[in-house]
Amino acid sequence: MASDAVVRTEHLYKQYDTEAGPVPVLYDVNLEIRPGEFVAIMGPSGSGKSTFMNILGCLDLPTSGGYILDGSDVSTLDKDQLARLRNKVIGFVFQGYNLLPRANLVENVALPLVYAGVARAERTHRAEELLAKVGLTTHSRYAPNQISGGQQQRVAIARALINTPRLILADEPTGNLDTKTSIEIMKVFVELNQHDGITVVLVTHEPDIATFAKRLVRFVDGCVTHDGNVSRELMEEEKP
Amino acid sequence: MTGAMLYEAWHAMGANRLRSFLTMLGMMIGVAAVIMMLAVGQGAQFMVDQSIASMGSNLFIILSGSSTSGGVRLGSGATPTLTTGDGEAIAELSTIAAVAPVAPGTAQLVYASNNWSTAVLGTTPRYLDVRDWPISAGYAFTDSDVRAGTRVALLGVTVVRNLFGDDNPVGRTIRIKQSPFLVIGVLQAKGQSLTGQDQDDAVFVPVTTAQRKLFGSQFPGSVRFIMAQAISAQAMPAAEREMTQLLRQRHHLPERADNDFDIRNLTALANAQAETTRVMSIMLGAIASVSLLVGGIGIMNIMLVSVTERTREIGIRIAIGARERDILTQFLLEAIIISVIGCVVGVILGVGAAVLANVLAKVAVVITGASVMLAFLVAAAVGIFFGFYPANKAARLKPIDALRYQ
Repeated sequence: MASDAVVRTEHLYKQYDTEAGPVPVLYDVNLEIRPGEFVAIMGPSGSGKSTFMNILGCLDLPTSGGYILDGSDVSTLDKDQLARLRNKVIGFVFQGYNLLPRANLVENVALPLVYAGVARAERTHRAEELLAKVGLTTHSRYAPNQISGGQQQRVAIARALINTPRLILADEPTGNLDTKTSIEIMKVFVELNQHDGITVVLVTHEPDIATFAKRLVRFVDGCVTHDGNVSRELMEEEKP
Repeated sequence: MTGAMLYEAWHAMGANRLRSFLTMLGMMIGVAAVIMMLAVGQGAQFMVDQSIASMGSNLFIILSGSSTSGGVRLGSGATPTLTTGDGEAIAELSTIAAVAPVAPGTAQLVYASNNWSTAVLGTTPRYLDVRDWPISAGYAFTDSDVRAGTRVALLGVTVVRNLFGDDNPVGRTIRIKQSPFLVIGVLQAKGQSLTGQDQDDAVFVPVTTAQRKLFGSQFPGSVRFIMAQAISAQAMPAAEREMTQLLRQRHHLPERADNDFDIRNLTALANAQAETTRVMSIMLGAIASVSLLVGGIGIMNIMLVSVTERTREIGIRIAIGARERDILTQFLLEAIIISVIGCVVGVILGVGAAVLANVLAKVAVVITGASVMLAFLVAAAVGIFFGFYPANKAARLKPIDALRYQ
C-alpha cells in the first residue's frame, strides 16, 4: 500500500551549514503523496517549503531521513540516476518560468527530450503537440521574450509535460502573474490533474491559488503544522 | 544527441559573435604563427640538408700547409706540401673509401665567340664518387686519362650555359688557357654550397693534365688539397688519426715539428651547421607555440566568463534532466568548435603567409602535411585542455545554487 505512493518522506531532516553553524530548515517531515493528488504547500517565508520542494525535485538532498520517489529510494541513487528522475518522472514549473532566452518555444519545450535521447523530428513533433495542448499553436517559433508572462508559463508547463511525468512540482507558478492569468494557469494544472491524472504539488503564498488544490500542507519553522482539507484550513486563516 | 549539442554550441557562439571571433582570433594567430615558423625553419633546414647532400658524405679535406717566409705567414695551401703520391698512400688506408687529389686553378675558357672565366680543377675519377656527383651527359674521364694526361674536360652546368647556351657541348672542343680540350661529359646540377658558392661553375680535367699543361709548378706532382672519404661516419676519428700519422711519416716530419698540412672534417662542420639550423627551427616553433598557448588561455578565459553568465541556464538544464556529462559535453564542444575553426583559419593564414614570404622575400619555406597536422592537433588539444576546466566547473554546479543565480 505504501509502495504505490508517488512521494513518501520518512523523518526527513535538512540543515544548512553556515558560518554561524548549522541552521535546521526541515524538521522530521513525514509526508505521503499518492497518485492523482493535488497538494498545495503553504507557509511563511523561511518555513522550509522551498527547500522541501527542492528535495522532492531531486535538486537537493536531505541531511537525513528517507525520500522515496516513485518507488525508488533517492539516497541510494547516483547523480546520473537522479538526472534521469528529473528528466522522466518529474516536471518542474518555476515562478520565473526559466525558459532559455535564446531558444524558441519549440526548442524550449523539446529540451528535456534532448537529454532523453529522442531524435530531432520526434522532439519537434511532440513539442508542437504540447504547445497546442496549452493553447499556443501559432507561436511555436517565437522567442520567450516575445510572448506574455502567462504564455511563458504555459510554455514552461508544456516543457514539464513533455516526458509524461508522474509528478509536477510547481514552485509559486503564479507568483509573477496577475489574478486573471493566475486563474487561467491554475485551470491548466487542474485539467492536468483531473483529466490526465498527473500528481501536482504546488507551493504558493496565495490562499486563492491554494483553493484549486484538494489537499493542503502547511509548513511552519520546518515542521508540518497542518495536513488535510483545503477549505477548512483556509477558512481558519480568514479569521483574524 | 551529439547533433543537438553541436547545434546548441553553435547557437551559443552565435549569440556572442564578436566575443567568439576574438577568442578564435587568438587561436588563428597562434596556429598561423606555428605553421609559418615551422615552414621557415624547415625551409632553412631543407637548404642546409641539400647543401650537405651535395657535398658528399663522411668527407675530409686535407690542405697543404702554410708557410712562414721572413715573418710573413701565408695561409693554408700556400706551400705545395701535398702530392698525388700522398693521395695514393691515403687511399691505401683501411678507414678510407676513396681519395681524390685536387689541383685547382682559374682559367679563361673559350668556345666559338663565347668566353668564360671559371675554376678548373685537376683531379681523378674518384672525385665524382667522393662528391657523389653523377654525370648527366657523355661520360667521365678514366684512370688511363689521368695516367696519360689527356686533354679532356667535364663541364659543370653553369659553364655549359655560359659557353654553349642550349647546345649540346659533348664532343665539342673548347680552349682552356689557349689549349684545346675535348668536352667528354657534363655533370648534373648541384646548386649552392654551404657557403653559397655555385658549385656548378667549374670544369674538371685529369689532375696530371692540370699539373703539366695548365698550372705548371716548380714542384711536379703537387696538389693544393686532397678530398678523402671515410668508409663510415664512425670511422672518421680513426681515419683522421691514421692520415695524420701517415702524412707526417711521408713528409719526414720530426717528432716536435708542426703538421705541414691541415685535415678538416667537412662533415663535422656541415653537421654543426645542420644542428644550428635544427635548433633555430625548434626555437622558432617554440616561440610560435607560446602564442598558441596564449590563444588557449584566451579560450579558457572566455569559457569561464560564459559559464558564469549562463549559470542559470545550466541550472535549468540540470533541473530538466541534464546529466553532468551533458553539461560537460556542451561546454567542451563550444571550446572545441572555437579552437577548431580558429585552427582551420589559422592554417590557411599560416600557409598563405608562408607562400607570400616565399614569393615576396624569397625565403625558403617547406610546408609539410606533418607540420599542418601537428599545428592542428596541438590546437585541438589546447581547445580541449583549456576548455575542460570551465566545462567541468559548469558540470559540477549544484542545481539549486545554479537555479538561484541571478
